[in-house]
Amino acid sequence: MHEFLQLLIVGISQGCIYGLMALGFVMIYKATEMVNFAQGDMMMLGSFVAWTLIMDLGMPFWIGVLSTLIIMALFGALVDILIVRRVIGQPQFAVVILTLGLGIVFRAAAGMIWGQVPLTIDSPISGFSSFYGIVIGNERLAIIAITALLIVILWAYFRYSKWGIAMKAASQNQLAAYYSGIPVRVVISAVWAVAAAISALAGILLAPITLIEPMNGLLGIKAFAAAVIGGFGSMPGAILGGLIVGIIEPFAAAYVPGVKGSMVYIVMLIVLALRPQGLFAQIHRKKL
Amino acid sequence: MRILFKTNYKQDLNLAKHGGHRFWYGLLVLILFATPLMLDGYYVGEATRVLIYAMAGLGLMVLTGFTGQASLGHAAFLAIGAYTNAWFLAQGFSSFVALPMAALLSMIGGLLVAIPAARMSGIYLAIATLAFAIIVEDFAGHLTSITGGNRGMMVDVPMLFGYKIRQSWELYLFVLSILVAATLLVLNILRSPLGRAMIAVRDSEISSKALGVNPMKIKIFAFTVSAAITGLAGAFLAHYMLFLTPQIFGILLSIQLLLMIVLGGLGTVHGVFFGAVLIGVLETGISISKDVLPSSIGGLPGIEPFIFGVILISVIAFEPNGIYGRWIKIRSYMEFFPIYRRKSFKRQRAYLKTERLR
Repeated sequence: MHEFLQLLIVGISQGCIYGLMALGFVMIYKATEMVNFAQGDMMMLGSFVAWTLIMDLGMPFWIGVLSTLIIMALFGALVDILIVRRVIGQPQFAVVILTLGLGIVFRAAAGMIWGQVPLTIDSPISGFSSFYGIVIGNERLAIIAITALLIVILWAYFRYSKWGIAMKAASQNQLAAYYSGIPVRVVISAVWAVAAAISALAGILLAPITLIEPMNGLLGIKAFAAAVIGGFGSMPGAILGGLIVGIIEPFAAAYVPGVKGSMVYIVMLIVLALRPQGLFAQIHRKKL
Repeated sequence: MRILFKTNYKQDLNLAKHGGHRFWYGLLVLILFATPLMLDGYYVGEATRVLIYAMAGLGLMVLTGFTGQASLGHAAFLAIGAYTNAWFLAQGFSSFVALPMAALLSMIGGLLVAIPAARMSGIYLAIATLAFAIIVEDFAGHLTSITGGNRGMMVDVPMLFGYKIRQSWELYLFVLSILVAATLLVLNILRSPLGRAMIAVRDSEISSKALGVNPMKIKIFAFTVSAAITGLAGAFLAHYMLFLTPQIFGILLSIQLLLMIVLGGLGTVHGVFFGAVLIGVLETGISISKDVLPSSIGGLPGIEPFIFGVILISVIAFEPNGIYGRWIKIRSYMEFFPIYRRKSFKRQRAYLKTERLR
């Protein structure tokens, strides 16, 4: 039983990271119907930027984190303005290939700038807590807490703030949003900025548990599976999908080690085979 | 500029539209078959790799270029083909058994993917095929008795009528003849009702349904043909590599295949070959230029994927029709020389097409 709970909490904390990245995927998808395969690499860039600010330039941890989020938000908006905007309206796979290419470039550039040697960030949160016989790292608890806080903030943002509502409107119908006076282009760039900042935060949260290296970008594929399980286009679904993926992983590693690498994808294929539109479907058939 | 007088409806179906086509493509095939006489061993090997890429790209083009089903998992079919071929050769069968078995098993793999995948579209399809490739790679690592697992597996040379193909030019000619046959097969499928139906499904699923095409069947057909051709390419890839490990068939290979056909020009058979040549030249060029360039640039880790990625992004952003699209523009510039109008190829203003409502 203890082992079960232990695995569960490890899984949930890992799942929070995947959930955050999946959230980034889903936000961009909802706003522009583009799938950003470079999301994982943006997360990786975020953790490298944080490393530079905190470990290299010696900024205090929290200021470093905040500046990283701002830098990555600007970066995300720039990616949209300079590159991604050009392919709006082209077939889906043009976008897929474009963002895959972006991911390759980001990964290669990170390898050139920061090298292939894994780096670490000293986090102010460390040590272990134990309760009811379960021992859990504090940084894992911090991940869960920060994710929960972020979800509440995001929910309030999309519910009450003008910008959040504008983003929702632009994602539902660009033309109608444009007619009601929403600057759709700016809003879409803002969505990219927020998504990049969220994935950068995921990268920073992940940094104390794993090492920072360019190949971390490939974690994006797992987050992608999470987003698919949750049904692309549903924000609660993204978090739930992330948690499912995160929980599957340690259990698969503990009980069926033979398929631990592909278990997530097998589950995803099963979900897709049963419900081709994911658990929370966003694609509806048009009724004539 | 050539003006075609059509006197017969069947003329639209001809593979070669006029004498010029017959002459130039015939010459091209002749030159390709004569290539080993002109190049030395290393470059014949590189040329063989280009041909294998072209064959794999041809398989992917049937699915992605002509049926509009993006696949991020074609490395899986390459893997199935490569391991099947290597296993049958290791059991002492000749290539006459091993190659068809490689194609057949990948075809079955393709069928397995196609049945659920035909119901999906867009990103769901891309991620499902990606997941399939990851699972196949994982299984190849675990099925130690057949694939040798992560320690790898040696591949025997191909054997025809008891004769073993050892020389690089022999392998080149073998690959080339199969590739010509596969290209003719694809061209013939494309001018048959099945091929027309594939293109109809790509352009609009709803309109194709209205014309009496069953998109599910067409997609499954495209998946199986595509998997079979890619599986054959995998079998030859095994001969080219000589040593197989599951890591070869990772996600990066799938992406590279997709990159290739997009660079060449989606939806054209020419595009496959342009793309394969471009990738081959780039890879060889980068590895040669590494020796020439100062080590501060050439020795940077990851310079190769960086250049690939930059080229990929710029092609998608500036010339979405790939090299073949650019070639069409150049050709019509020459054909209409003094009166070429840039606007005839102006891209239409594109708007977001929603997939949420279908």
